[in-house]
Amino acid sequence: MSTTTAALAVEDLHVTIGRGARVARIVRGVSWSVQPGQTLGVVGESGSGKSMSVLAATGLAPATARVEGRAFLDGTDLLGLGPGELRRTRGRGLGFVFQDPMTSLNPLLTVERQITEGIEEHLGATRRAARTRALELLEMVGIPDAARRLEAYPHQMSGGMRQRVMIAIALACEPTMLVADEPTTALDVTTQAQILDIVRELQERIGMGVVWISHDLGVVGGLADEVVVMYGGQVLESAGVQTLHDAPAHPYTRGLLGARPRLGRLREELVAIPGAPPDPRALPGGCVFYERCPIKAERCAHEVPPLAEVAPGHLARTFCTEER
Amino acid sequence: MSASTSAWRLLLRSPVAVAGLGALGLLVVLALLGPVLVPYGANAVDVTRALQPPSGAHWFGTDDLGRDVLSRVVLAARASLQVSVVSVSIALVLGVALGLVAGYFRGWADAVAMRVVDVLFAFPVMLLAIAIVAVLGPGLTTAMIAIGIVYVPVFARVTRASVLGVREEPYVRAAVAIGAGPLRIIRTHVLPNVTAPIIVQTSLSLAFAILAEAALSFLGLGIQPPEPSWGRMLFDGKGFTGSWWMSVFPGLAIFVTVLAFNLVGDGLRDVLDPRQRSVLESRRDR
Repeated sequence: MSTTTAALAVEDLHVTIGRGARVARIVRGVSWSVQPGQTLGVVGESGSGKSMSVLAATGLAPATARVEGRAFLDGTDLLGLGPGELRRTRGRGLGFVFQDPMTSLNPLLTVERQITEGIEEHLGATRRAARTRALELLEMVGIPDAARRLEAYPHQMSGGMRQRVMIAIALACEPTMLVADEPTTALDVTTQAQILDIVRELQERIGMGVVWISHDLGVVGGLADEVVVMYGGQVLESAGVQTLHDAPAHPYTRGLLGARPRLGRLREELVAIPGAPPDPRALPGGCVFYERCPIKAERCAHEVPPLAEVAPGHLARTFCTEER
Repeated sequence: MSASTSAWRLLLRSPVAVAGLGALGLLVVLALLGPVLVPYGANAVDVTRALQPPSGAHWFGTDDLGRDVLSRVVLAARASLQVSVVSVSIALVLGVALGLVAGYFRGWADAVAMRVVDVLFAFPVMLLAIAIVAVLGPGLTTAMIAIGIVYVPVFARVTRASVLGVREEPYVRAAVAIGAGPLRIIRTHVLPNVTAPIIVQTSLSLAFAILAEAALSFLGLGIQPPEPSWGRMLFDGKGFTGSWWMSVFPGLAIFVTVLAFNLVGDGLRDVLDPRQRSVLESRRDR
């Protein structure tokens, strides 16, 4: 995978908050890339750095965070741009869908205003043209009675409807990349499935790349081409979705797969991973997963395993590759 | 049904707020039509009828120069309302701008703006207003400017506090993500979402401004005689304690005006505060 052809590529990204003894290292040397038309799933627990790595790569990290590394959107390094240029490049080339559809829309503006804002800003469209486009977008994301919905305020819509509106806003300028930060977490399962379908269909039509951040391997499995598993600010494993499912190389990935509930096995107890993720202010000297690892070896305590290829296109950060 | 029309409907359900609105409406009518309605001119001096108690000819009595107190009270309403509206507008524009910039951009803009506000806040309100009038010279215009400056800090603080909350809302981050510039975000996303506390503060400040203007005029620093003003009439009346009507009626006018603004302000606060609002709405449903 080359960074020059990628829709979005992140190289050796580091994010730290604070300094001195209380420095928190949230993201530590993360790299990945997404080709046009492909979907990358970024999976991890809360606090694994999955959201932060994507927000930082697109210049949306909180002002207190220090970001190092490079992030190429269509060949342009976003982190090397000035504020004005970053704003224009990002607004035009990236679409975002955030986790909570209840608070991601401005409660005082009509749906129409919120969709047309970006269209007018980046495509220089007139009010009228922007309205026509907004109507088109609402129909595209499957909102019935779209013309009437344009006049609605967010509080008059359900969570699923609002998330569709968010997707319509994100797609308004036909971005190169769609960044979805747990967009279906707040929705019920049937709505979740509809949203997944909509994104898949639109992706095929526009050919954009998608980064889908989730803590749910099941959602990512049904959507992604490639999956990156994050833990303690690092990538522990990355592989094609089928490989990851069939032959996970890292004990953490195996743990995640074991912790998924499956239909038809109601009485079966879920296998939890004991312990909790490490504190980013006091990271262990060796492997970041050492404390919770079921197959830890002596050397793991003081030596960080490299992210190495276990098979073509399949990377894992573990010493125990022979053990499956 | 938009948010503002439903807030308006809720406001009209509160008897207290309606009373305040009614009193204010009456005051505005008097201020506008005063010269047509009053039986005597503001400065119709008739020394032969000086210090007369309230009667059929002079409902509020006459002052030491024989001027009709009712006429003067009514005619003074215009200047009082004018001073309070203009001065609060000055405070509103400057304070809200300062609060938006400080709260949204944070950093050095916030530090500088808030230290200036702290300094202004450190002075007692009247002392500061008197100091400003002392520099600019007494009169209607300077009273407006002085009172306006004195209330800038309140608006700046109220606005900044709300902006600090709103700027962290996901819809503001979403606006940043689609590439909206800072001015656009402030105008379309931040400002509309901080108006509720500002509206409440405006109506309460109008009440304070009436009082401040009366105090300045009482001290001879505001509206200059012979123009009628409530504060000045109180001052004139204090030498004639036997003629209570010279002080009581202008005092009553100040009292009613301040009360009306406060009632409307309280009503607005109840309606615009989301927590209070759900209580009001559930009461309505029952």
